[in-house]
Amino acid sequence: MNPIAQYNFAYLDEQTKRMIRRAILKAIAIPGYQVPFASREMPMPYGWGTGGVQVTASIIGQTDVLKVIDQGADDTTNAVSIRAFFAKVANVATTTRTREATIIQTRHRIPEEKLTTGQVLVYQVPIPEPLRFLEPRETETRKMHALEEYGLMHVKLYEDIAKHGEIATTYAYPVKVEGRYVMDPSPTPKFDNPKMHMSEALQLFGAGREKRIYAVPPYTEVVSLDFEDHPFAIQTFAEPCALCGAEGVYLDEVVLDDHGGHMMVCSDTDNCEDRRAHGHVGALGQTLEAAE
Amino acid sequence: MYVAVKGGEAAIANAHALLADRRRGDRSVPALRLDQIIEQLGLAVDRAMGEGSLYDKELAALAIVQSRGDLIEAIFLVRAYRTTLPRFGFSNPIDTGEMRIERRISATFKDLPGGQLLGPTFDYTHRLLDPALADGAEVRAAPSRPGEPERAPRVTDMLAHEGLIEPDGVDTGEIGDLTREPMQFPMGRDLRLQAMARGDEGFLLALAYSTQRGYGRTHPFAGEIRIGEVEVEMDVPELGFSVSLGRVRVTECQMVNQFKGNAEVPPQFTRGYGLAFGQAERKAMAMAMCDRALRARELGEDITAPAQDEEFMISHLDNVASTGFVEHLKLPHYVDFQAELGLIRKLRAEHKKAQTPHPAADAATLSPKRRGEEAALGSKMEAAE
Repeated sequence: MNPIAQYNFAYLDEQTKRMIRRAILKAIAIPGYQVPFASREMPMPYGWGTGGVQVTASIIGQTDVLKVIDQGADDTTNAVSIRAFFAKVANVATTTRTREATIIQTRHRIPEEKLTTGQVLVYQVPIPEPLRFLEPRETETRKMHALEEYGLMHVKLYEDIAKHGEIATTYAYPVKVEGRYVMDPSPTPKFDNPKMHMSEALQLFGAGREKRIYAVPPYTEVVSLDFEDHPFAIQTFAEPCALCGAEGVYLDEVVLDDHGGHMMVCSDTDNCEDRRAHGHVGALGQTLEAAE
Repeated sequence: MYVAVKGGEAAIANAHALLADRRRGDRSVPALRLDQIIEQLGLAVDRAMGEGSLYDKELAALAIVQSRGDLIEAIFLVRAYRTTLPRFGFSNPIDTGEMRIERRISATFKDLPGGQLLGPTFDYTHRLLDPALADGAEVRAAPSRPGEPERAPRVTDMLAHEGLIEPDGVDTGEIGDLTREPMQFPMGRDLRLQAMARGDEGFLLALAYSTQRGYGRTHPFAGEIRIGEVEVEMDVPELGFSVSLGRVRVTECQMVNQFKGNAEVPPQFTRGYGLAFGQAERKAMAMAMCDRALRARELGEDITAPAQDEEFMISHLDNVASTGFVEHLKLPHYVDFQAELGLIRKLRAEHKKAQTPHPAADAATLSPKRRGEEAALGSKMEAAE
């Protein structure tokens, strides 16, 4: 191969990894606080997980086992692409099984299976600033965080209730971390918010384009914002997963035809497959063995 | 029966194979060589080097051919390589006054020491397509003037002698690097200039144009535009002297702008500065105009227009960041969309409930087809609840 262009192990150079690790440590020390870091250009586009990839690249070791999900699934194209990237540049073991992974990089979901001590969940974050759509200026929002001035957010939530009768935020639902910082949980559905609370796993958030890293250390209080008379509630689904029959999990609607036919299936494909492997069958499904 | 979509990996591999195939095109046409791109598409190479912020013609040419000529994609490839390179230190500031000049024009003086040199410019060409080029006609060597060129001091240095123009900024010895440190606002002019040098030519062009049309007017004159090679030197502490790293071609533009003065400063001309790798005149001029517009705060001017707004400009001028985030909308968002679907259905159900006292009036305003959809959705919603 022509030696015109060569890349370092795990893509990032060691100085960069050190810089990112320092940012991560600061983020862990101040839960929910957005730490600015000198985000690098990555070989995938900004907005496609560059923050998460930089965090993963900085913490991954040769014995780690990596799982990458997008929309809860291991086989969505961008998850496949990021997993293949790490398999190539870091030569690490990869898995689709939640419980086998030491690092799980995710976009838009938290796995259904409870994460445990020693696991790290790395979120890809597009817009880290929960106040951004209320105040576009970074100079202002940083001041608001510093002064713990979150009145604007509560007014926004109240206006939702006044207009719609409820808080009309279904994903990227703002949380308060350890009673101090209001934080964007990344665009996960609010269904996943309770999983962040007192999680045994370390949760790291990387926003590459916006150059911010933040963290929720294990056993940290994460509370979804609400009002006493309008308590926070997660989404519920009327029917179970059509493939594995799971209830109390997040479901995707799959369109079957062009006159309203649809089925609801698990968003977390690993969880769904695991259940089917253990003999659970939904209304339209069959066990894995029968399907193969 | 629904089967979960598997095989994303194979689909990606096949898509990339198709991309490679399309990139190569008809195999009976010879493949492009990097030297052909460097020699004959030099301005594309310059743009990829400039916005990729890496001075390496061969890598830029490789990026251009790999990206099928999509320059933003090429810039992205160069950046993603550049970011992995170790940083040894900073060069000394280049001295554009000592430039080996190939083009140098001033719009403010009819003649000046060093003269006006048109150089290899599109200016004054008639934009008529040239059929001879299509046939690969031989091109004669350009005439050249024998002897050493005259020294050409910078126009701003000439104006400075009379105190008519603000001096160069104070050299603090330390300059920022937004590729190595987190970007934070407000930022210094050094970081703004770095961001603009890497910034998208089209974005800077449009915003510079907006200042001419009254959105943050700065009354610019093109004091000087010069293109040529400059020496790059670096201090090596172990040696105790600076060593030459080589020469790079740059385009420099100094805009001279009106300034009425204020309580502390007498009326004088102010400057906007633009610098880009290679021959990139449009970029350097637009950058100089935007630089001047962005100095509004420093010069006590009202900030009323986008081009004067530092946070707006610097946050949005990078084409690698912009294209990534705009194009990320192609990625799956069905989890969030599902959440929104649920909410909209719920809100619509409540809306419908609120409307029920007047069912006849409702029905009259809806087309038959629309009513059918509403009914279908209604029954689905009941099923979902």
